[in-house]
Amino acid sequence: MDVALWIEWIIKALILVLGLLTGFAYLTYMERKFLARFQNRYGPNRAGPFGLLQPVADGVKLIFKEELIPAQADKLIFMAAPIITTVPALIILGVLPFGGVVNIMGREVPLSIAGNLNVGVLYIAAITSISVYGIVLAGWSSNNKYATMGGIRSSAQMISYELALALSFVGPIMLAGSLSLADIVEEQMRIGWFIIYQPIGFVIFLIAALAEINRAPFDMPEAEQELTAGYHVEYSGMKFALFMMTEYIKMIVVSAIAATLFLGGYHLPFVTDQPWGVWLGPFILIGKIILLLWGIIWVRATLPRVRYDQLMAMGWKVLLPIALFNVFLTSVIMVLFPNWFSH
Amino acid sequence: MTTETEITLTPASLDEIKHLVSERAIQGETVLLNMGPQHPSTHGVLRLLLELDGEEVVNCIPDVGFLHTGIEKNMEAKTYEKAAVMTDRLDYLNNLGNNLVYCMAIEKLADLDVPPRAQAIRVILTELQRISSHLVWLGTHALDMAAMSVFLYCFREREIILDIFEMCSGQRMMTTFFRPGGLWRDVPADFEAAVRKFVQLFPERVNEYERLLTKNPLFLRRTKGIGVLKPETALQYGVTGPMLRASGIAHDLRKAQPYSGYDLYDFDIPTFTEGDTYARYLVRVEEMRQSLRIVEQALNKLPLGPVRSNNRKYVPPPRSEIGVSMEALIHHFKLWTEGFLPPKGSVYVGVESPRGELGVYLESDGGPKPYRVHWRTPSFTNMQILPILAKGHLVADLVVLIGTVDIVLGDVDR
Repeated sequence: MDVALWIEWIIKALILVLGLLTGFAYLTYMERKFLARFQNRYGPNRAGPFGLLQPVADGVKLIFKEELIPAQADKLIFMAAPIITTVPALIILGVLPFGGVVNIMGREVPLSIAGNLNVGVLYIAAITSISVYGIVLAGWSSNNKYATMGGIRSSAQMISYELALALSFVGPIMLAGSLSLADIVEEQMRIGWFIIYQPIGFVIFLIAALAEINRAPFDMPEAEQELTAGYHVEYSGMKFALFMMTEYIKMIVVSAIAATLFLGGYHLPFVTDQPWGVWLGPFILIGKIILLLWGIIWVRATLPRVRYDQLMAMGWKVLLPIALFNVFLTSVIMVLFPNWFSH
Repeated sequence: MTTETEITLTPASLDEIKHLVSERAIQGETVLLNMGPQHPSTHGVLRLLLELDGEEVVNCIPDVGFLHTGIEKNMEAKTYEKAAVMTDRLDYLNNLGNNLVYCMAIEKLADLDVPPRAQAIRVILTELQRISSHLVWLGTHALDMAAMSVFLYCFREREIILDIFEMCSGQRMMTTFFRPGGLWRDVPADFEAAVRKFVQLFPERVNEYERLLTKNPLFLRRTKGIGVLKPETALQYGVTGPMLRASGIAHDLRKAQPYSGYDLYDFDIPTFTEGDTYARYLVRVEEMRQSLRIVEQALNKLPLGPVRSNNRKYVPPPRSEIGVSMEALIHHFKLWTEGFLPPKGSVYVGVESPRGELGVYLESDGGPKPYRVHWRTPSFTNMQILPILAKGHLVADLVVLIGTVDIVLGDVDR
């Protein structure tokens, strides 16, 4: 535990958080631009060249908005809720490896904050579930019936999908024989990306992740057409911005996790295997994240929303059994052909 | 830190709504939720008082009047021709249809003839209007289920239709293009080409919407079996239009009592028996195709000739006559100052609007202004069915049901 290690951690944490905050802002731009293209529109094109300053303009606007707190609201919880939602979203990626080990000024620096944390996947599963508290509390403390309904919907939805999500993690864990994300990526370098071995797991992960982050077609908690805005209907200004921020950061986060667990993380055959390729790792990962984000946006542009009860039925009656079966199938194959796998 | 304030219904406010909600609401077992008038999915300013058990709708009480325009009463204060301008503002998605039924009522009252060319153009334009209204319906209906791209695709095609209207009348929506005895003026020279272009383009576009929705499992789950309307109930409540046809009753005024020469054209009335939201969707999509067929036939048979009646007691003379004829000048002066004087009597005329039977009842006391105008608007009648459809469904379905009834609030409150 030397001082240099502390400095290294702080620098890496700063880069991660700032990266996520910028990424969130430009993800909103990307979403608006792509959606517009899907829908025969132009999208933002006024602020700056190609509308590139639009996220900045939005941010400035939201900062200067008046913060309204409803008179009947529970003020403490009302103010704490956005924070409870945002912080977990920001810290999930701490365990994600962004690249291999590089040499900076004679120091061996792994390109992650805690990539080799031996309970990495468990950490992800644990932290992602925290933000639902923020949403439920936001809905409840607003003292608004629409917000409460949004909060209740989201808690029910997240509980139902957490299970399938966690079970879809099990496949890669079994294949790699480790809960550490760094090990999972390394195993994928050796035997190939896990999407080849876990196609069902990948699909389940994508569906459950969409439900987990409340994105279309599972955006029940904020269903604009039904609940006007759902849990954040009473929020304004920066508090509202925090909820938006969480939604978009979580999009980035689940894409990053999907890329790491199933798509080889920072690994790209023939490129990152080269000695000079190690620096390309983060960019390859970002490329994969952008591809997945594009998929999420595409889904939003195309599909209608699922109904609340149908969503629950799908989570419990379809996804969960399939996920369990997938775990079962994986273990049977691993027992029958033990020498395919390293452990 | 926290201040607990119990909000209970005051006795007075409870008394007001007690007969509308169930016993459980008064005991506090169910939640009363006010949906609208400011709500993104009420298609305007409809207020619904909902009694919810969890997310399930126990009671749904529509409260109309937030868009009351007083058009019916206002029309009594204007001469017959000037009042036509107000008809556009009733059902703002069916402007030409409103014009048409009002003009037809005056024509019936005054026994005024309409030249065949005017009739054909009326049919073409009202059918285009039907398509554009259905496009708005389809777009917003899909948007209610968060399928947002369909909305923008629909509005893209609607824009072409509105351009055609603008070409004819100078206005995109509030056209007042139909006048008693015919049309305001003949259509421009490039009208035919523009409509033909649309007729060629549109079938593929309808297929495009259908590709996004018709077989989409998520869409099917949201619409199949939702809000089933039995034919008996539909008849009891006077439901008309696509809602009625989706319940298995092939009633369409264009076939039942053809007007404006609809009997000259060959078209089908799409009918389904399921009576659910999906059937209503299929009916309306098919109606767009049938309307296109009518437009195409009418365009092919479009006769030449005048577009307005020659009855100078009702129709102002053209500019060219005023300079050379004393009578023309007198008629011009009389018609634009006093207005025309239809005989005493009362008429009712109904047409098939995109939403159902749109009727107008005119009472004339022989003066230049209508003594009483009453509109039988399909949105108002059809909306009565909403509480029955909504009962037992979820809030999410209620939003879909508002869409499937296809209400236009300007049509409901008048």
